[in-house]
Amino acid sequence: MELQQSPSVNGKSPQDQIRELEARIASLEERQPDDRVSMVVFSGDLDKVLASFIIATGAAAMGQQVSMFFTFWGLNSLRKKRIVVGKKLSEKMMALMSPDCSKGLPVSQMNFFGMGAVMLRFMMKEKKVASLEELISLAHELKVRMVACEMSREVMGIKDEELVEAETGGVATFLADALKSRVTLFI
Amino acid sequence: MRTCSIKGGETLNDSNFDKEFDARGLACPLPIIKARQEINSLGLGQILKVVCTDRGSLNDFKGWAKSAKNLEIVDQKTEPENGREVYIHFLKRTA
Repeated sequence: MELQQSPSVNGKSPQDQIRELEARIASLEERQPDDRVSMVVFSGDLDKVLASFIIATGAAAMGQQVSMFFTFWGLNSLRKKRIVVGKKLSEKMMALMSPDCSKGLPVSQMNFFGMGAVMLRFMMKEKKVASLEELISLAHELKVRMVACEMSREVMGIKDEELVEAETGGVATFLADALKSRVTLFI
Repeated sequence: MRTCSIKGGETLNDSNFDKEFDARGLACPLPIIKARQEINSLGLGQILKVVCTDRGSLNDFKGWAKSAKNLEIVDQKTEPENGREVYIHFLKRTA
Protein backbone atom coordinates (compact mmCIF):
# COMPACT_ATOMS: atom_id res chain seq x y z
CA MET A 1 0.00 0.00 0.00
CA GLU A 2 1.58 3.30 -1.01
CA LEU A 3 1.97 5.95 1.67
CA GLN A 4 0.11 8.57 -0.37
CA GLN A 5 -3.00 6.44 -0.15
CA SER A 6 -2.89 5.89 3.65
CA PRO A 7 -5.55 7.72 5.58
CA SER A 8 -4.34 10.68 7.64
CA VAL A 9 -4.90 10.56 11.39
CA ASN A 10 -6.18 13.71 13.16
CA GLY A 11 -5.53 15.63 9.99
CA LYS A 12 -1.82 14.76 9.96
CA SER A 13 -0.25 13.32 6.86
CA PRO A 14 1.64 10.02 7.10
CA GLN A 15 4.92 11.89 6.59
CA ASP A 16 4.14 14.07 9.61
CA GLN A 17 3.25 11.03 11.64
CA ILE A 18 6.57 9.42 10.73
CA ARG A 19 8.47 12.56 11.63
CA GLU A 20 6.71 12.71 14.98
CA LEU A 21 7.43 9.06 15.70
CA GLU A 22 11.09 9.57 14.80
CA ALA A 23 11.31 12.50 17.21
CA ARG A 24 9.74 10.44 19.99
CA ILE A 25 12.11 7.52 19.35
CA ALA A 26 15.07 9.92 19.45
CA SER A 27 14.01 11.31 22.82
CA LEU A 28 13.42 7.78 24.17
CA GLU A 29 16.86 6.68 22.99
CA GLU A 30 18.39 9.67 24.75
CA ARG A 31 16.83 8.56 28.01
CA GLN A 32 18.20 5.03 27.77
CA PRO A 33 20.86 4.32 30.38
CA ASP A 34 24.47 3.95 29.20
CA ASP A 35 26.58 0.83 29.56
CA ARG A 36 27.40 2.06 33.00
CA VAL A 37 27.54 0.72 36.58
CA SER A 38 27.62 2.98 39.65
CA MET A 39 28.31 2.05 43.25
CA VAL A 40 28.35 3.71 46.60
CA VAL A 41 30.93 2.00 48.83
CA PHE A 42 29.70 3.03 52.28
CA SER A 43 30.91 -0.01 54.21
CA GLY A 44 34.41 -0.38 55.61
CA ASP A 45 34.14 -4.15 56.00
CA LEU A 46 36.63 -6.37 54.19
CA ASP A 47 34.02 -8.80 52.86
CA LYS A 48 31.71 -6.05 51.57
CA VAL A 49 34.52 -4.03 50.02
CA LEU A 50 35.84 -7.19 48.36
CA ALA A 51 32.42 -7.84 46.88
CA SER A 52 32.28 -4.28 45.54
CA PHE A 53 35.69 -4.57 43.86
CA ILE A 54 34.83 -7.95 42.38
CA ILE A 55 31.68 -6.47 40.85
CA ALA A 56 33.53 -3.35 39.71
CA THR A 57 36.38 -5.19 38.02
CA GLY A 58 33.98 -7.77 36.58
CA ALA A 59 31.77 -5.09 35.08
CA ALA A 60 34.76 -3.17 33.71
CA ALA A 61 36.08 -6.37 32.13
CA MET A 62 32.67 -6.82 30.52
CA GLY A 63 32.98 -3.44 28.86
CA GLN A 64 30.93 -1.33 31.27
CA GLN A 65 31.95 2.13 32.49
CA VAL A 66 32.25 1.79 36.26
CA SER A 67 32.15 4.46 38.98
CA MET A 68 32.79 3.79 42.66
CA PHE A 69 31.94 6.47 45.20
CA PHE A 70 33.70 5.91 48.54
CA THR A 71 32.00 7.52 51.51
CA PHE A 72 32.22 7.29 55.33
CA TRP A 73 33.62 3.88 56.29
CA GLY A 74 34.30 3.06 52.65
CA LEU A 75 37.07 5.67 52.71
CA ASN A 76 39.09 3.26 54.85
CA SER A 77 39.47 0.97 51.86
CA LEU A 78 41.33 3.80 50.08
CA ARG A 79 43.62 4.36 53.02
CA LYS A 80 47.35 3.89 52.63
CA LYS A 81 48.45 5.24 56.00
CA ARG A 82 47.15 6.74 59.20
CA ILE A 83 48.04 10.22 60.42
CA VAL A 84 47.29 11.23 64.00
CA VAL A 85 49.40 14.36 64.48
CA GLY A 86 48.03 17.70 63.44
CA LYS A 87 44.42 16.74 64.07
CA LYS A 88 41.76 17.81 66.54
CA LEU A 89 41.06 15.47 69.47
CA SER A 90 37.86 14.09 67.93
CA GLU A 91 39.68 13.48 64.63
CA LYS A 92 42.62 11.87 66.43
CA MET A 93 40.25 9.46 68.16
CA MET A 94 38.50 8.66 64.89
CA ALA A 95 41.85 7.92 63.27
CA LEU A 96 43.05 5.73 66.14
CA MET A 97 39.87 3.67 66.01
CA SER A 98 40.07 3.23 62.22
CA PRO A 99 42.16 0.76 60.21
CA ASP A 100 45.49 2.20 59.14
CA CYS A 101 45.21 0.86 55.60
CA SER A 102 43.14 -1.52 53.48
CA LYS A 103 44.96 -4.47 55.06
CA GLY A 104 43.41 -3.51 58.40
CA LEU A 105 39.76 -3.77 57.36
CA PRO A 106 37.61 -5.98 59.61
CA VAL A 107 35.06 -8.50 58.37
CA SER A 108 31.41 -7.63 58.91
CA GLN A 109 30.74 -10.68 61.07
CA MET A 110 32.85 -12.91 63.34
CA ASN A 111 35.70 -10.44 63.32
CA PHE A 112 36.93 -11.53 66.81
CA PHE A 113 39.27 -8.55 67.23
CA GLY A 114 40.77 -9.05 63.78
CA MET A 115 41.08 -12.85 63.72
CA GLY A 116 38.11 -13.11 61.39
CA ALA A 117 39.74 -10.89 58.76
CA VAL A 118 43.02 -12.83 59.02
CA MET A 119 41.13 -16.13 58.59
CA LEU A 120 39.22 -14.85 55.57
CA ARG A 121 42.39 -13.63 53.86
CA PHE A 122 44.06 -16.96 54.59
CA MET A 123 41.14 -18.93 53.16
CA MET A 124 41.07 -16.74 50.05
CA LYS A 125 44.78 -17.26 49.50
CA GLU A 126 44.32 -21.02 49.83
CA LYS A 127 41.73 -20.98 47.04
CA LYS A 128 43.89 -18.63 44.96
CA VAL A 129 41.29 -15.85 45.03
CA ALA A 130 42.66 -12.38 44.27
CA SER A 131 43.29 -10.28 47.38
CA LEU A 132 41.63 -6.93 47.97
CA GLU A 133 44.85 -5.07 47.19
CA GLU A 134 45.22 -6.94 43.89
CA LEU A 135 41.63 -6.11 43.00
CA ILE A 136 42.12 -2.42 43.82
CA SER A 137 45.12 -2.30 41.53
CA LEU A 138 43.18 -4.13 38.79
CA ALA A 139 40.39 -1.61 39.16
CA HIS A 140 42.90 1.18 38.48
CA GLU A 141 44.18 -0.64 35.40
CA LEU A 142 40.66 -1.18 34.10
CA LYS A 143 40.00 2.55 34.48
CA VAL A 144 37.29 2.24 37.12
CA ARG A 145 36.44 5.76 38.27
CA MET A 146 37.13 6.05 42.01
CA VAL A 147 35.80 9.09 43.80
CA ALA A 148 36.38 9.87 47.47
CA CYS A 149 33.52 11.69 49.15
CA GLU A 150 34.85 15.09 50.14
CA MET A 151 32.23 15.75 52.79
CA SER A 152 32.69 12.54 54.80
CA ARG A 153 36.46 12.80 54.40
CA GLU A 154 36.33 16.26 56.02
CA VAL A 155 33.87 15.16 58.71
CA MET A 156 36.01 12.19 59.73
CA GLY A 157 39.16 14.31 59.64
CA ILE A 158 40.96 12.15 57.08
CA LYS A 159 43.80 14.01 55.38
CA ASP A 160 44.53 13.71 51.64
CA GLU A 161 47.93 12.16 52.34
CA GLU A 162 46.27 9.22 54.11
CA LEU A 163 44.38 8.17 50.98
CA VAL A 164 45.59 6.78 47.68
CA GLU A 165 45.17 8.99 44.61
CA ALA A 166 41.47 9.39 43.87
CA GLU A 167 39.12 12.00 42.49
CA THR A 168 37.20 14.06 45.00
CA GLY A 169 33.52 14.84 44.74
CA GLY A 170 30.17 15.02 46.43
CA VAL A 171 26.63 13.87 45.90
CA ALA A 172 26.19 15.38 42.44
CA THR A 173 29.35 13.66 41.24
CA PHE A 174 27.90 10.29 42.23
CA LEU A 175 24.41 11.05 40.93
CA ALA A 176 25.57 12.30 37.54
CA ASP A 177 26.97 8.83 36.89
CA ALA A 178 24.20 6.94 38.69
CA LEU A 179 21.42 8.66 36.75
CA LYS A 180 22.87 7.23 33.54
CA SER A 181 23.65 3.78 34.90
CA ARG A 182 21.97 0.47 34.23
CA VAL A 183 23.13 -0.85 37.60
CA THR A 184 23.44 1.17 40.80
CA LEU A 185 24.50 -0.43 44.07
CA PHE A 186 24.85 0.68 47.70
CA ILE A 187 27.38 -1.45 49.52
CA MET B 1 45.37 26.95 38.52
CA ARG B 2 43.35 29.22 36.31
CA THR B 3 41.52 27.77 33.34
CA CYS B 4 39.58 30.04 31.07
CA SER B 5 37.44 29.27 28.07
CA ILE B 6 36.99 32.02 25.53
CA LYS B 7 33.72 31.90 23.62
CA GLY B 8 33.13 33.87 20.47
CA GLY B 9 35.84 36.42 21.13
CA GLU B 10 34.58 37.52 24.54
CA THR B 11 36.86 37.18 27.58
CA LEU B 12 35.30 35.73 30.70
CA ASN B 13 36.38 37.90 33.56
CA ASP B 14 35.03 38.68 36.97
CA SER B 15 32.43 41.11 35.72
CA ASN B 16 30.76 38.83 33.16
CA PHE B 17 27.96 37.45 35.26
CA ASP B 18 24.50 38.49 36.35
CA LYS B 19 24.35 37.25 39.91
CA GLU B 20 26.85 36.08 42.49
CA PHE B 21 26.14 33.47 45.12
CA ASP B 22 28.54 33.10 48.04
CA ALA B 23 28.67 29.42 48.99
CA ARG B 24 31.85 29.74 51.06
CA GLY B 25 31.73 27.46 54.09
CA LEU B 26 28.88 25.35 52.72
CA ALA B 27 29.51 21.62 52.57
CA CYS B 28 27.93 19.03 50.28
CA PRO B 29 25.02 18.85 49.51
CA LEU B 30 24.28 22.51 50.26
CA PRO B 31 26.32 24.16 47.48
CA ILE B 32 24.29 22.33 44.81
CA ILE B 33 20.95 22.70 46.57
CA LYS B 34 21.33 26.45 47.11
CA ALA B 35 22.87 27.06 43.68
CA ARG B 36 19.85 25.41 42.10
CA GLN B 37 17.52 27.82 43.89
CA GLU B 38 19.64 30.72 42.68
CA ILE B 39 19.70 29.47 39.08
CA ASN B 40 15.92 29.19 39.08
CA SER B 41 15.72 32.87 39.96
CA LEU B 42 17.74 33.85 36.87
CA GLY B 43 16.38 34.58 33.44
CA LEU B 44 17.23 32.57 30.34
CA GLY B 45 20.82 33.12 29.23
CA GLN B 46 21.90 34.75 32.49
CA ILE B 47 25.05 33.67 34.29
CA LEU B 48 25.38 32.79 37.97
CA LYS B 49 28.76 32.99 39.69
CA VAL B 50 29.08 30.57 42.61
CA VAL B 51 32.03 30.79 45.01
CA CYS B 52 32.67 27.60 47.01
CA THR B 53 35.23 26.41 49.52
CA ASP B 54 34.10 22.79 49.05
CA ARG B 55 36.75 21.04 46.95
CA GLY B 56 34.27 18.39 45.82
CA SER B 57 32.25 21.17 44.15
CA LEU B 58 34.48 21.02 41.06
CA ASN B 59 33.27 17.55 40.13
CA ASP B 60 29.83 18.13 41.63
CA PHE B 61 28.99 21.12 39.45
CA LYS B 62 30.31 19.29 36.39
CA GLY B 63 28.06 16.35 37.25
CA TRP B 64 25.05 18.57 37.90
CA ALA B 65 25.49 20.40 34.59
CA LYS B 66 25.81 17.09 32.75
CA SER B 67 22.54 15.74 34.18
CA ALA B 68 20.46 18.90 34.36
CA LYS B 69 18.61 20.05 31.30
CA ASN B 70 18.45 23.74 32.19
CA LEU B 71 22.02 24.86 32.71
CA GLU B 72 25.57 24.61 31.43
CA ILE B 73 28.97 25.39 32.86
CA VAL B 74 30.62 28.38 31.24
CA ASP B 75 33.81 28.22 33.28
CA GLN B 76 35.35 26.89 36.47
CA LYS B 77 38.41 28.32 38.23
CA THR B 78 40.39 27.59 41.36
CA GLU B 79 41.92 30.60 43.09
CA PRO B 80 43.87 31.11 46.29
CA GLU B 81 42.14 33.21 48.90
CA ASN B 82 43.21 33.89 52.50
CA GLY B 83 45.55 30.89 52.65
CA ARG B 84 43.09 28.39 51.23
CA GLU B 85 41.54 27.76 47.82
CA VAL B 86 38.17 28.84 46.54
CA TYR B 87 36.41 27.21 43.62
CA ILE B 88 34.47 29.52 41.34
CA HIS B 89 31.81 28.25 38.97
CA PHE B 90 30.10 30.26 36.23
CA LEU B 91 26.78 28.65 35.30
CA LYS B 92 24.48 29.76 32.50
CA ARG B 93 20.74 29.10 32.59
CA THR B 94 19.74 27.51 29.30
CA ALA B 95 16.12 26.54 29.85
